[in-house]
Amino acid sequence: MNDFLNKEVSRRNVLKAGGIGAAGLLIGASGAGSLLTFTASADKSSTGIVPFYGSYQAGITTDPQNHLYFASLILTTMDTSEVKQFLKEWTKTAAMMTEGKSIGKAAESLLLPPDDTGEASGLDASNLTVTFGVGPGFFQKLNLTSKQPKELKELPSFSFDALEEKWSGGDLCIQACADDPQVAFHAVRNLVRIARGKVQLKWTQAAFQRTKQADTKSETPRNLFGFKDGTGNPDTSSHSAMNNHVWVQNGWMTGGTYMVVRRVQMFIEVWDRTALGEQEATFGRHRDTGAPIGSENEFDPVDVNKKDVNGNKLIPANSHTALAHGDGKKKILRRSYSYADGLDTKTGSFDAGLLFISFQKSISDQFIPIQTRLANNDKLNEYTIHRGSAVFACLPGVKKGGYLGETLFY
Amino acid sequence: MKKRTLTVLMLMAGSVLTACGNEEITEPAETTTAPDLSKVTNEYRDYAIGEISLFVTETEKFAEAVKVGDIELAKELYAPARAHYERAEPIAEAFGDLDPKIDAREGDIPAAEWGGYHRIEKGLWIDGTTEGYEEYAQQLIDDTKLLRAKVETVDVTPDMLVTGAVDLLNEVSTSKVKGEEDRYSHTDLYDFAANVEGAEKIFRLLQGDLEKKDEALAAEISVRFADVYTLLNKHKKGDGYTLYNNLSETDVKELSQSIDALAEPLSQLGIVTEAL
Repeated sequence: MNDFLNKEVSRRNVLKAGGIGAAGLLIGASGAGSLLTFTASADKSSTGIVPFYGSYQAGITTDPQNHLYFASLILTTMDTSEVKQFLKEWTKTAAMMTEGKSIGKAAESLLLPPDDTGEASGLDASNLTVTFGVGPGFFQKLNLTSKQPKELKELPSFSFDALEEKWSGGDLCIQACADDPQVAFHAVRNLVRIARGKVQLKWTQAAFQRTKQADTKSETPRNLFGFKDGTGNPDTSSHSAMNNHVWVQNGWMTGGTYMVVRRVQMFIEVWDRTALGEQEATFGRHRDTGAPIGSENEFDPVDVNKKDVNGNKLIPANSHTALAHGDGKKKILRRSYSYADGLDTKTGSFDAGLLFISFQKSISDQFIPIQTRLANNDKLNEYTIHRGSAVFACLPGVKKGGYLGETLFY
Repeated sequence: MKKRTLTVLMLMAGSVLTACGNEEITEPAETTTAPDLSKVTNEYRDYAIGEISLFVTETEKFAEAVKVGDIELAKELYAPARAHYERAEPIAEAFGDLDPKIDAREGDIPAAEWGGYHRIEKGLWIDGTTEGYEEYAQQLIDDTKLLRAKVETVDVTPDMLVTGAVDLLNEVSTSKVKGEEDRYSHTDLYDFAANVEGAEKIFRLLQGDLEKKDEALAAEISVRFADVYTLLNKHKKGDGYTLYNNLSETDVKELSQSIDALAEPLSQLGIVTEAL
């Protein structure tokens, strides 16, 4: 009886099975068993399944889903065995959720809270990915500093940083991305619940992009300034590009990557009263096409030395694109989402902006030089301010039967 | 609950299938006997009635002080008297008509009907007077006495205990930890501690049964209770607790998180009602 109830239950079918009623289930255990393990057929647009297990964690090179729910956590235990235990439970749970399945045992006792919190019942997998990382504090609290990667340390302070503790740091992070916001939230909520007593929320951020339904041409998403964001990303379908820019290739972090998260508030009221020419000069790109100034198409190469007839640089040297591009050799994989969090009660302005997320194999060699250039000279700084910052080592991928962080504890 | 229903159905199905001929009915693999928790429920009943009895005595002292206009004495007696009610809340709240009369906060019920502890609390701490509050004081005495009489009739069930334990902590999470319970006197930590003590009483009574089911869970709950008391003890003052408005944001968050960390494993207490 118990075994049969513990079988994995697809969220879409749990309701159907329930509807048949207890008597129906008892007609024949074998028949009922196959009913419960029947998986919902996945449609490729927004209802698909992104495999959890693999050499790399999903949610890094995965095509960005419509919604993000991000949680930064504080570790409240110093006991490594407790940490390993919840990482094992997280592994199992995340794998089930990404398949669109309910977690834990089917709810059968009226005197116990159900294992699965239920708000994703009946919903499909929605391309859910759950990506886990550990921050510098994780190694210190668990006395694992000998394993702490040199790359993983707090960022230096950059010009104009206005970081707030309530949006910064964290010992662990969970990045849940899905094509449904409720599926993404459900994932983080249930994972935090599983580790309750061992972790606490440090900060969280719900964020969004355009939806795939609305963006039928699959264009580069636009940020809240109306400009395309992510054009210069390395090609996620290219193994060599990912090996060059994203995946760590030695030590226990092999197959992992480093993540930088910055909560960038955007002064959208100020931006909205800025003339188009000034907006384009600030980004160094045309708003409509996303092409570098003076070029026709979005993916035309960025030539920072190109001049107009008067000898002036077409892409201003202090534009965001020129500074981010540099000599074009150092690239980071950006996977940012926009946020809109009500208003800044002091000013009455929108509190909106970008949850900037980037993945890179080396923070010191890739992110820091780029961000230093931007922080010192970027014209865009007039319209933005960095309120939060965190760095995490995104753990290597998990093979079936393994668990998150296995190579670290090995 | 549902498991029991399923098994009964299974037995019925079995008897239908075997009705013609075979007398033997195959026993289902797992036993259906729920553990006998009557000793525990009786002990809890005694505890709860004991607390309510003390609540009546202490409330009388408090109300008399109000009636004779001794503001300082009334203020002193307010929080400790309430603690008895807060400890026994799963039982005390079983009487839906009396709880709002005794414990409603301003805005919980129509202003014209508002009386009880918090009405007098506002008089003492905000208006600084007992004048005009004599009737509320007498009504409070009558209501608590009625509660004491009614409590005798309560049938304490295991369900009441397992849901009651977490409910007590939920009370803490949703009102006491935010300072919304005793918003004029700021004595929320007295209620906070009493709710935790009431939940702990239930846990201790069921601990033995729980250990038989899941030793690690029982151990975890014990540790988490200790964590909560460690934090509460930081805010002890004399026989009571410091006022809520003396707590820092960090203190409040720490207390709140410790309740969440305790209540999550405690919410699994219901497994004691399942067959072994």
